[in-house]
Amino acid sequence: MSFLQLQGIEKTFGDVRTIKGIDLGIERGEFVVFVGPSGCGKSTLLRLIAGLEVIDLGKLVLDGRDITRLPSSKRDLAMVFQSYALYPHMSVADNMSFALRLAGASRAVIDEKVKRAAEILNLLPYLDRTPRELSGGQRQRVAIGRAIVRSPKIFLFDEPLSNLDAALRGQTRVEIAKLHRDLGATTIYVTHDQVEAMTLADRVVVLRDGQIEQVGTPLALYDRPANQFVAQFIGTPRMNVVAADAVPQFEAVLGMKVPAGGFVGLRPESIALTSPAQGQVQAHVELVEALGAETLIHVSTDRGAQFVSRQNERTVLSAGDAVGLRFDPAQAHLFDAQGRVARNAGAVAH
Amino acid sequence: MHTVAQPIASPGDDSVASDTVQDERATASRWLPRVLLAPAVSTLFLWMIVPLVMTLYFSVVRYNLMQPGPTEFIGLANFHYFATDPDFGPSVINTLLLLGSVIAITVLLGTGLALLVNEPFPGRGIVRVLLISPFFVMPTANALLWKHMMMNPIYGVLAQVSQFFGLTPIDWLTDHPLLSVIVIVSWQWLPFACLIFMTSLQSLDREQMEAARMDGANALQRFWFLTMPHLGRPVAVVVMIEMIFLMSVFAEIFTTTGGGPGNASTNVAFLIFKQALMNFDVGVASAGALFAVLLANIAAVFLIRLIGKNLDK
Amino acid sequence: MTRTDILPLAVRTVSAWTATLLIVFPLLWLVLTAFKTELQAIAVPPELFFTPTLENFGEVQQRSDYLLFAKNSLITSLGSTLLGLLIAAPAAYSMAFFRTRRTRDVLMWMLSTKMMPAVGALVPIYVLAQTSGMLDTLTGLTIVFTMSNLPIMVWMLYSSFKDIPPEILEASRMDGATLWGEFRHVILPLGMGGIASTGLLCLVLSWNEAFWSLNLSSAKAGTLAALIASYSSPEGLFWAKLSAASLMAIAPIVVFGWFSQKQLVQGLTFGAVK
Repeated sequence: MSFLQLQGIEKTFGDVRTIKGIDLGIERGEFVVFVGPSGCGKSTLLRLIAGLEVIDLGKLVLDGRDITRLPSSKRDLAMVFQSYALYPHMSVADNMSFALRLAGASRAVIDEKVKRAAEILNLLPYLDRTPRELSGGQRQRVAIGRAIVRSPKIFLFDEPLSNLDAALRGQTRVEIAKLHRDLGATTIYVTHDQVEAMTLADRVVVLRDGQIEQVGTPLALYDRPANQFVAQFIGTPRMNVVAADAVPQFEAVLGMKVPAGGFVGLRPESIALTSPAQGQVQAHVELVEALGAETLIHVSTDRGAQFVSRQNERTVLSAGDAVGLRFDPAQAHLFDAQGRVARNAGAVAH
Repeated sequence: MHTVAQPIASPGDDSVASDTVQDERATASRWLPRVLLAPAVSTLFLWMIVPLVMTLYFSVVRYNLMQPGPTEFIGLANFHYFATDPDFGPSVINTLLLLGSVIAITVLLGTGLALLVNEPFPGRGIVRVLLISPFFVMPTANALLWKHMMMNPIYGVLAQVSQFFGLTPIDWLTDHPLLSVIVIVSWQWLPFACLIFMTSLQSLDREQMEAARMDGANALQRFWFLTMPHLGRPVAVVVMIEMIFLMSVFAEIFTTTGGGPGNASTNVAFLIFKQALMNFDVGVASAGALFAVLLANIAAVFLIRLIGKNLDK
Repeated sequence: MTRTDILPLAVRTVSAWTATLLIVFPLLWLVLTAFKTELQAIAVPPELFFTPTLENFGEVQQRSDYLLFAKNSLITSLGSTLLGLLIAAPAAYSMAFFRTRRTRDVLMWMLSTKMMPAVGALVPIYVLAQTSGMLDTLTGLTIVFTMSNLPIMVWMLYSSFKDIPPEILEASRMDGATLWGEFRHVILPLGMGGIASTGLLCLVLSWNEAFWSLNLSSAKAGTLAALIASYSSPEGLFWAKLSAASLMAIAPIVVFGWFSQKQLVQGLTFGAVK
């Protein structure tokens, strides 16, 4: 039995079955990321675990204890909200000590725990300020500090980085990763950003329409997506998934049979651009995006199939140029007409 | 389609029974809200129903307050009496005139003032505060302020000003009673309309204005095409609110003209009052009250619909 | 601010101030007259510069026992405010945090009771007050004021409770707060501003209330509104005293009103204007 066990969890809002039966086990000390497009139910699932919504069907077991019907206050879980949800009328110190004060802990214990959390998060100079006087990043750290102080069984994060600007987001992501490394606490983290998922998670749970599409380590999801949805959700720029019919040369070039009506998936880095003469498929350049460290080249074949190719070198190509495409069969993913994987790329260098 | 990460534990595992700890929030949610709502709902219900039922009853009996109690059932005679009262027609007209004039004055002037004060200028804060003031003066003080200080034909300010310009002063309350009441009530409600419009103008979309400016619209066009539609809704609200509250204008008439001379400044509310507490004819007054309530209902229906749309946000 | 804005600014400033002073003039005149002697008050042409005197304020008290009426106003206003808050606050709390499909209808119904003209209830309320001996009593007036203001109070408290972000309540739940804990530690402190301004508005409305005051009270429970009305028929020189009496009656409320502007818009338009 895992540390946190979800069994057949279902949730319906009105007529809509938002969560359609989730089975999942999370181990102690793991950093699990729930990721998926908007409306996939990831936040709902988090709130079901937190106790902020009532579970309609299924069982939730934490450390051997059935918490399915327990109120949030008794589950020993702490949540960091997307909007931080700090108590505006309390100081930072009071915000962080609120739960302990409610539990009747002694003044000494409270002070010590708050101080420790504040040290970890660089909040010591701000303990007497109110949330209004803090910046967005500081408020977020207070929200995290509020959770740390409680030493809960599991930390729950609900899209904590969405309200930060891009620069702060990257920085805070690193801080959260370090925090997990130092504290070793079990964490469930919800985000729509697959970069956060890839970089923070021990394991990623990809959700769509209230169901789990795939669970695995980030790289496992990247290399061996179970279906087209996961393949295109993980990795940026998206994996090129093209109908087999759109590029007749596929079967010949790749040397393998594509399922009828199926698709071929190739990551941008698996597509090489050469001169038209050396190419396996002919195409012309639509757009060049020079990012400095890498270059993305959007091409379109004569039949209109679109690909994005990624390379580390700069390019002299520009829109309209004719190019040849070379595919590496070892890196091809094949999907059937329903999007299920028929073959993952093999021989991937690790 | 999903990948199961862990085998599902079968029921009957060694976990703590799930339903022993009840969520106190869930149980409280059943009875607490109703208990909390009860005092407000029940008192308001009584406040609404009891007078209504009594009024309905009184309107069909003969009842004079000088006599011990209601005497006999007389059907619709009270309604007939009220409607054929020579003061009835004029009172309805006066009510409509009062309503229409005050609404027109407050909306037009209120819009103008709100526009004037919308952009910053020195002393704007004080101006706003001053403009609000008349609304908080109690109606009786307001009425007397105008009756004696402003409108008195000899010593009043208006009289002195017209004398200064060589005109004969007007005896407002005697010669133009309804107009005087209109002035008094408008003065009181102008700040209300002004405040509403000021608030509404603050929420005007600045970016939309700038876009219009860049598109070449001049000030008048911007006002007509952007500001006016935006003000449409608060104007509707002000009109409806004023309709509802101004229907009951009473204190001002009571304190200044007493409904006269004759019935020149009597409105429906004052007429009912006259029947009830001057003629002590409860029956007729009740009939009149039902009529007033009917009028108010019409306005209320529209207002409720407007609020309802807002409540859903 | 560009150069082209200066001239319009000057025009606007002058016209705004002129309009304002014209509109507020009666009040300003009232304030001035309160400090004049009766002779100065009726002087033609009117005196703008004079030595102020406080004699009127004292005379008002002598002539008409101003303090009694002021006390009545105070008691009825404060009483109806407190009673109103006691009834309205739980209702607003219930509707804001235990919202059901019927909540909206209940709220609209409450508001609709305020939309009926007071004169419609005049006869029955008068008869009831008469038969129950509540005529010309402070209790009767307080009850009537409370019920008059109740819908607006419920509405305004509901609005301010709803303004409390639900995530903060959820956070307190995660932190271990029970229902009562939520109320005590989050809703009450955060809703205090709304409660205060609702109370302020009710105070203003009750103090100024003239319709029921005039009809249901006289010598014993009369409020200031009724007292002022009694100055309607002049008895000799009395303008300065009238001004003084009015000034004393309206001054505190006008000041309160300045503080409750925003709530006024919200409350009296039933939130239809943002």
